[in-house]
Amino acid sequence: MSVMTSNKHSATPTPPSRKRNSLSKGKLPRWAVPATAAGAIIIGAALSTLTGFSVATFAIYSAVLFVIAATVLTSAVEGKRQGRNAMWTYLIYGSFLLALIPLASVLYTVLEKGLPGMSSHFLFTSMNGVTGAVDNQTVADGTPVLGGAYHALMGTLLITLWATVISVPVGMLTAIYLVEYGKNGPLSKAITFFVDVMTGIPSIVAGLFAAAFFGLILGPNARMGIVAAVALSVLMIPTVVRSTEEMLKIVPNELREAAYALGVRRWRTILKVVIPTAISGIASGVTLAIARVIGETAPILVTAGIASQINTNVFANWMSTLPTFIYYQILTPTSPTNIDPSVQRAWAAALLLILMVMALNLGARLIASLFAPKKGR
Amino acid sequence: MTTNALKSKSSTSGQAGDKIFSGTALAAGVLILVTLFAVAIFLLIQALPTFVADPADISGGEGFFAYIWPIVIGTVIAAAIALLIATPVGIGVALFISHFAPRKVAGPLGYVIDLLAAIPSVIYGAWGYMVLAPALVPIFEWLAANLGFIPIFAGPASQTGKTMFTAGIVLAVMVLPIITSLSREIFLQTPKLHEEAALALGATRWEMIAMAVIPFARPGIISAVMLGLGRALGETMAVALVLSTGNLIPSLIKSGNQTIAAEIALNFPEAFGLRLAELIAAGLVLFMITLIVNMIARGIIARHKEFSGAN
Repeated sequence: MSVMTSNKHSATPTPPSRKRNSLSKGKLPRWAVPATAAGAIIIGAALSTLTGFSVATFAIYSAVLFVIAATVLTSAVEGKRQGRNAMWTYLIYGSFLLALIPLASVLYTVLEKGLPGMSSHFLFTSMNGVTGAVDNQTVADGTPVLGGAYHALMGTLLITLWATVISVPVGMLTAIYLVEYGKNGPLSKAITFFVDVMTGIPSIVAGLFAAAFFGLILGPNARMGIVAAVALSVLMIPTVVRSTEEMLKIVPNELREAAYALGVRRWRTILKVVIPTAISGIASGVTLAIARVIGETAPILVTAGIASQINTNVFANWMSTLPTFIYYQILTPTSPTNIDPSVQRAWAAALLLILMVMALNLGARLIASLFAPKKGR
Repeated sequence: MTTNALKSKSSTSGQAGDKIFSGTALAAGVLILVTLFAVAIFLLIQALPTFVADPADISGGEGFFAYIWPIVIGTVIAAAIALLIATPVGIGVALFISHFAPRKVAGPLGYVIDLLAAIPSVIYGAWGYMVLAPALVPIFEWLAANLGFIPIFAGPASQTGKTMFTAGIVLAVMVLPIITSLSREIFLQTPKLHEEAALALGATRWEMIAMAVIPFARPGIISAVMLGLGRALGETMAVALVLSTGNLIPSLIKSGNQTIAAEIALNFPEAFGLRLAELIAAGLVLFMITLIVNMIARGIIARHKEFSGAN
């Protein structure tokens, strides 16, 4: 890399001579690339105006023109190999910019459409009694939108809590078995393999599994919060196992051996030495696993149904969660003729959900750094 | 791992604790195996009525196979569009973060791309439904007008933009972070000496990447793409919200087509009896497809591990 940068700089301090022109040195002058970019933007604007101006066509035309022009220019002046290098460099920069577009667009949309609906009324009211007629009245009178996501928020929190209560012990114990007891035997190999496979189970299949399982026991259409929590556990357990396993593996063996040398039993060594050392990583892994399942929609859809009242009992009756709330508010608006109140509620719920997920992600990073094992002096 | 010599038999106190603890750990591990096995068995039991029912009773009236194959094809089409878009972009982003971005900003940039993975799928679905689909309508109209002779762009274009193509783009955004984060990790593992040797021989940066990085990372890239494929095949909400469903048609810019996951999500809440069994059977088919794809991906990773360990 240093070779290339020094090459670039060697073009600037050209000694004053008859051929002052740095082009003749076989290098593009420094202003060439920005100039090409400016030219491409101008021509791109002109072209897109010809075909009906829009930001998208303008950006596409300019980008394509710039890559072609810069490549041709570089190959003409610096040679074919440098030209190819330039082309791929611009394409790779471009792909990164391209990937940022959806991220920016999603975040902007959620903020723009979600903020107007965000209010204490939205947070602390359920959809109980909010019908199409209410929405029509709201639109006709221009009053604030009634109804909120309190029931869905409660559902999300409860179902995720139960999923965590199921997955964390199972996942952690499995990881302990794999690292401390498994000794790479056939059983631990099988578990590792199937945990990997489990990571790839489509979320809707996990939901179907829980529905089919409880359907066999409790009769068809047994839908309640705990079924959804089981479905989410199927998705959550592999993540917990993986992260816990990684963390237990990096606990130094010397710590275990020191404990054994003092006559401490294995289970107490694991509980008092190994796990406390790894706890920050495990906690952050669990937090990330929660962040992953809290936004799941499909498994909830087939296991917990949909409700418009507050239901805090996961063992009976249907429940709503934020993702299913968003889904139904968009797909089947409360009032089919005036969809705006539903759309507003959906985006406010989306904003709430994204804030929760971001908070969990940040929380995981904080936990990892705050509770990291103390380093030696 | 731990040495057996340290297992003391002198004290009996706590021996029970040892047994209980290792027993529970073992039970948890076995529970996972049982769960996965149960997934297959329960789905099979619940799906059974579909396979023994009179073909005329199945949706469409021509048996389960005639019912399932159009939505299998639809699933594959959606995933294929997603991968065609996400693979080059994802690899480009990974290369940008690993080899082009200044070292100081590379970490935060990786985090930004990981944010894409953190956004819940239903929000992508809502975004595709309300923002992306309307924005794509003019492009679809242009495609129908100018490239309409190609069957996949046959017009008239959808006026809502809720088509297979839109669903594929949303899926591409969702699998992009998977492809990026996995291939970035592989790119960073490229032996530094290979890269420096290429540069020392006068290679340009692109030649260095093409000669040293890509060949080293090829198995990793393939498995990253396969894992992305697994995600795209099983993704539900994006398709359920974005696609306006219908029969299997070749055109990607008209409403129509359907995927397995979306078919289940859209119909399950009202399904009962044989229809329920049908949907569970469809779920079983999806499970099998993703299982095979994921196993191939894991196999490639496992093989790659052995050979990269030697480097």
